[in-house]
Amino acid sequence: MNAQPVATVTASAASAKPIEGRGTWALAWSRLRRDKVAMISLVVILLIVVVAIAAPLVAHVTGHPPNEQYRDIGLSPEGLPRAPNSTFWLGTDDLGRDILVRIAYGARVSLLVGVVATGLTVVVGVLVGLAAGYVGGWLDTVLARVVDVVLSVPFLLVAIALVSVTGPSMTVTVLVIGFFSWASVARIVRGQVLSIREREYVEAARSLGAGSVRIMFVDVLPNVLAPVIVYTTLLVPVVIVTQATLSFLGLGLPPPTADWGGMISSAQNYYTTAWWFVVFPGAALLITTLAFNLFGDGVRDAFDPRLEQQLRR
Amino acid sequence: MARFLIRRILQGIVVLWLITVAVFGLFFVVPNDVARTLAGRQATPETIALIQHRLGLDQPVWKQYLDFVWRALHGDLGYDYYHQVPVTHIIAQALPITLSLAIGASIIWLVLGVFNGVLSATHPRSLEDRGLTAFSLFFYSMPPFLLGILLLYVFYYQLTLRGVTWFPAGGYVPFAQDPTAWFQHMVLPWITLALLLAATYTRLTRASMLDVLGEDYIRTARSKGITERRVIYRHGLRAALTPVVTQFGIDLGQLVGGAVVTETVFSLPGLGNTAVDAITRQDLPVIIGIVLVASAAVVIANIVVDVAYAALDPRVRLH
Repeated sequence: MNAQPVATVTASAASAKPIEGRGTWALAWSRLRRDKVAMISLVVILLIVVVAIAAPLVAHVTGHPPNEQYRDIGLSPEGLPRAPNSTFWLGTDDLGRDILVRIAYGARVSLLVGVVATGLTVVVGVLVGLAAGYVGGWLDTVLARVVDVVLSVPFLLVAIALVSVTGPSMTVTVLVIGFFSWASVARIVRGQVLSIREREYVEAARSLGAGSVRIMFVDVLPNVLAPVIVYTTLLVPVVIVTQATLSFLGLGLPPPTADWGGMISSAQNYYTTAWWFVVFPGAALLITTLAFNLFGDGVRDAFDPRLEQQLRR
Repeated sequence: MARFLIRRILQGIVVLWLITVAVFGLFFVVPNDVARTLAGRQATPETIALIQHRLGLDQPVWKQYLDFVWRALHGDLGYDYYHQVPVTHIIAQALPITLSLAIGASIIWLVLGVFNGVLSATHPRSLEDRGLTAFSLFFYSMPPFLLGILLLYVFYYQLTLRGVTWFPAGGYVPFAQDPTAWFQHMVLPWITLALLLAATYTRLTRASMLDVLGEDYIRTARSKGITERRVIYRHGLRAALTPVVTQFGIDLGQLVGGAVVTETVFSLPGLGNTAVDAITRQDLPVIIGIVLVASAAVVIANIVVDVAYAALDPRVRLH
């Protein structure tokens, strides 16, 4: 009685494609690809990247270099910014510069700092977390205290103080953000490593004569990457906002470099008279962070579908 | 429990000590020309040397550090370079403003975040859930200064144009001086901070609540015939709140030094704003004092959270 359905299943499975073992990555990617919101966000992110790369093209099409001050046609007779018009599509700023062109150039700063600082954070955090979790002992204790210190320091205050002492530049911004962000990554990685280093396959590798460094990077590291990747995608928008915040407080990039936080900062004094001056750079910043956050959420769900499955139950 | 508490406090002290070393090192290793600034442009080298001597800046860095620690242990954080006001006095003036901001905002974000989170979790995948998720993600992605300016534009500028002068453009009035004015000055900063943070709480409560509602004891409670409302609020929310309380402690601790942007946008002379002023003037004792107080707030908040956790869950103490 029971034999028949089993036979049918075997038969249909044989005629269908043979079942392939798919790794975490393939599974996550296939889930992510079906996530509409995440895919739209990815498209938006790619568009922003294109705008950043094509910033000189934007300047060429409008005919306005990013730092050119049009004090005659770009400012009203009272010296106020011009509203959006056929010459300046998104209006002008307080110095008569084209906001559209400056937004395009500002995208370069946001993306570059976002990606480089996040990369730095993740590399340092992963290395420290691996060392602390795998080596353990006194190294773990020392690193744990250092992590505590970095996480207890009022980040923004110390960052402002540091930048004010060293003078603002892109390198300083990246280093400061990286310096204060690696600790959370290290904490996540350490926790993961602690559980993975006790697994049988690590023991197996050790009994085969693999050295600590090899085990750490070949056996342990690939298995902690999923949470790191999720954290990384969600860290990019945080870094972008932090960079913009430093600029807003006057410690971003030295003028006249166009960057979103700095634009909003100078727009602050004009929010009653020139809404476009706040709204367009603000919208650019918000759309960017929103796209990264939505995409990051999708990545998280793709790697950890537990929550979504629970909902379908 | 007592041993756990003592160990955590000792760890906290070590962390604070390391922070003083780090901050002191950072600021004193980098050459600063505050004596030159103070002396004015026409100053002779002798005048500058005299000022440096008076501020103790001619001493070796390690000696300055030991003096600093010794005085700090006696509750003295030094004097500001410009007006010789005790740093403790400056902090005592700014702290209540930051606390009014943090406490007021925290009430709003907790209520908003937890309520929305529960609503989301009890109606998963519904229109409300999706709407609230979108709403929280929107504010989660919002840069604080942008939200502040937008609120000022709508509630201060647009309303004032229409003759409604409820919201000032910024500044601070002490509660003792005029409670109504205090409230009016605090509302927009509160809303700014609360909207930014409520998002995290909505997401946290939602996730935690969904986990809890899948537990067996919730099914048991439902099968006993208790009303759904009681199941959700008495049985579910109670267990789901633990991670929320943890996050709350950490956020409150961080706000002491972390409300810089909100304080700047609304010109509230709290700790963050005072620190930014001090930074532009290279007023090291004030910067170090505020960084130390803000770090202490984080350390203390972490200890309180850990102890609360250990009290709730005996397993934590073992580690």
